[in-house]
Amino acid sequence: MSRQAQFRFQLYVAGDAANSAQAIANLNSICRTHLPGKHEIEIVDVFRDPKRALADGVFMTPTLVKMSPAPLCRIVGTLSQPEIVLLALGLRSIAA
Amino acid sequence: MKPTRSLKLANTHHKAATGITGFDEMTGGGLPRGRSTLLSGGPGSGKTIFALQFLVSGARDFKEPGIFVAFEETPKRVISNCEGFGWDVGALKKKLFFLNAQPQPDLIQSGNFDLSGMLAVLGAKAKEMGARRIVFDALDMVLALLPDEAAKRREVYRLHEWLVARELTGLLTAKAGKDEQDLSGLESTGYMQFMVDCSIVLNQRVEMGVSQRNLRVQKYRGSPFNEDESPFVIGNKGFDVAIARTLGRMDARVSLDRISSGVKRLDTMLGGGYYRGASVLITGVPGTAKTTLSGAFAEAACKRGERTVFVSFDSDGSEVMRNLTSVGIRLHRFVQSGVLHMISARMITGSAETLLVRIKALAYEHKARCLVIDPVSTLSKAGNEFTAHAVAERMIDWCKSNGITLVCTSLLDEMANNPSGGKPLHISTLADTWVHLNYLVQAGERNRGLAIIKSRGTAHSNQVRELILSDDGVTLADIYTAAGEVLMGTMRWEKESAERVANEVAEVAGKLKRVSLDAEEAVLKVRAKSLETELLAKQVEKTLLARTTQSREGELSRGRIRVRELRGGDVSMAKSKGSRS
Repeated sequence: MSRQAQFRFQLYVAGDAANSAQAIANLNSICRTHLPGKHEIEIVDVFRDPKRALADGVFMTPTLVKMSPAPLCRIVGTLSQPEIVLLALGLRSIAA
Repeated sequence: MKPTRSLKLANTHHKAATGITGFDEMTGGGLPRGRSTLLSGGPGSGKTIFALQFLVSGARDFKEPGIFVAFEETPKRVISNCEGFGWDVGALKKKLFFLNAQPQPDLIQSGNFDLSGMLAVLGAKAKEMGARRIVFDALDMVLALLPDEAAKRREVYRLHEWLVARELTGLLTAKAGKDEQDLSGLESTGYMQFMVDCSIVLNQRVEMGVSQRNLRVQKYRGSPFNEDESPFVIGNKGFDVAIARTLGRMDARVSLDRISSGVKRLDTMLGGGYYRGASVLITGVPGTAKTTLSGAFAEAACKRGERTVFVSFDSDGSEVMRNLTSVGIRLHRFVQSGVLHMISARMITGSAETLLVRIKALAYEHKARCLVIDPVSTLSKAGNEFTAHAVAERMIDWCKSNGITLVCTSLLDEMANNPSGGKPLHISTLADTWVHLNYLVQAGERNRGLAIIKSRGTAHSNQVRELILSDDGVTLADIYTAAGEVLMGTMRWEKESAERVANEVAEVAGKLKRVSLDAEEAVLKVRAKSLETELLAKQVEKTLLARTTQSREGELSRGRIRVRELRGGDVSMAKSKGSRS
C-alpha cells in the first residue's frame, strides 16, 4: 500500500452505544498516528439509517469498512487492538 | 383433514400457529406470540425446515409477514431447499423477507461488537413490511464470533428484549449435539434455553439403520404442553409431527352402519358385517389366507363403489390381484375404474412414521373410505420396534377420525403361535374386530380355521369355522365336533356324507311307516263306513216298526168308532153339538 493513497473509511455505529463510542475514539487515534491528513471518516448510525446498513450488509456494530484503497476490508469491534487493525488495513509494515 | 383442523385451532391471541401438522395441537396453538422460542437440534435434524414452515404458514395462511435471517446459508439456497415442499415462496415475496447475514469469511475482528446494527436493520424492515414473525436461523454461527460467554449471553438477551419490545414472534435455531443429553452441556445453547420462553428440541437417532426423528417441547412458559417426545417426519409437504390424541379432543363420530367383510357367512357370524369405521385385524400364520380375506373385503367395498386403498407390503399389487383371481376375487376391473388403488410397498423402507405419513397421504389423496394394509406387521420391522406400536395406534386413530374402515392383516410368529395370547404389535387390543386364522392339523391334513376372537359391540359367533377357498370365492363351512374333537377337511366331508346316508335311511323308514299307517287308516275307515250303514238300516227298521205300530192303533180306534156308529149310539149327540155352535 502506498503511503500517498487517500484512506476512506466508513464506520457503522449503533447510536451512542459504549462500544461504538469506543470505536470512534480508537479509529480517530489510529488515523491521527498513522494516517495524518490522509484519511476521511464517515460515521453511519445504523439507527438513523438502517436501510444503508441493510444495503451494505453491515449487521454487527461497530463495523469499520475501508472503502479505499482497494481491497475493501471490514473490521468489526471496538478496534481496541491497534496491531490487528493496522495489519488489516495494510499499515502494519509502515507502523513497524 | 388434519391441516384444516390445525388451521382452525390456530392463531389465537397468545399463540402463533406454525401450520405444522401435530405441533400446533401439541402446544395448544403454536409458538408463544411476541416471545422467543429456541429450536435446537443436531445437524440435519430439520431446524431450518421447521423455521421456514413457520414463516411460510404465517405469511400464507395467517396474514403475518415474516423475516428470515440466514446466518448459515444464503437465502437463495434456503429458498430453493424449501421449493421441494410445494411452498411457493416466490408468490409470497411481499410477505417474506430473507436477510443474508452470513458472517463474511474474511471478517476481521478487533474488540467488542454487538448485534445492534442487525437489529436496527431488522427493526426498520419489520416496520416497513409489517412483519409479525422472525426467524434467526443458525444463531450459533454469529454467537461463535463473540469472544466470551458473557458477550454471547448479552447478545441473546438483547435479541430477546428486542423481540419482546416489538411483539414479534421469534424463532431462534441453534445447533446442538447429536443427542439431547449433550445439549445441556453445550455452552452455546445452554443459557439460551433458560432465557427463551419456549424451547423445542429436535432429535435424530438411527436405530438398526432406520432414521427416527423426534421432537420434544422442553419448556413452554405459561402454557401447558405435551411433554413427550413425539416422532415426526419431514414429508413432501414439510413437517408432520405425530401426536397421540390429546385429552378432550372430540371423539370421532361412530357409525352403526355395517359393511360386508366380503364373505357372506362371516358377515352372519359378525351379526351383519364390520362396523363402518372400525379397525379390523386379521391375524394368522403364513398361508392362512389373510390376504385373501382382506382381498374379499376390498372387492366387496369396491362393489359398493367405495374408494379403497390396498397397501401390499408382501408382494406387488399385480401379484396380489393375480393370486386373488384364483379364488374368484377379481380386482382388476376396480383398479381400471379407479375405485381401487393398489400400492406395492414391498421394497419401501424407512421408519414406521414415514410409512404412516405416506399411507395417510395416499389414502387422503384417493379419498379412501376403506383401507387395507397387508400386513401391518411390516411397521415393526427391524429398527422400528419401539415406534411401531404408537404408529399403529395413530393409524387406527386417524382412520377412525376420518371414518375409514381399516382392515389390516398381521403375521403371528409361528414361534409365538398362540391364538389367544399372541399380540402382534399389541394392536389386537386396539382393533375393534379381531379375526384369527389358523391351521388345524388333523388326520394328515391342514385345514384353515377361522374364529372371531373379539368384535366390539357385536354379538358374534363363538364357533370356529372352516375357511374354504374355491374357484368361485371364499366361504365358511360349519365344522363338526365329534367326541370333543373338531372335524375339518376330509374328515368333515366324511362326517357330512355319513350324516347324509343316515338321513336317507331315516327318510325311507319314515315313508314305510306312513304307508302302513295309511293302510290301517283305510281299514278303519271301511269299518266305520260299514258300521254306519248298519246303523242306518237299524234306524230304518226302527222307523218302520214305529209306523206299523201307529197304523195298527189307528185302525183299532177307527174300528171302534165304526162299531159305535153302526150301533147308532153317540153319533147324533155328536152332530147336535156341532149344529149348536
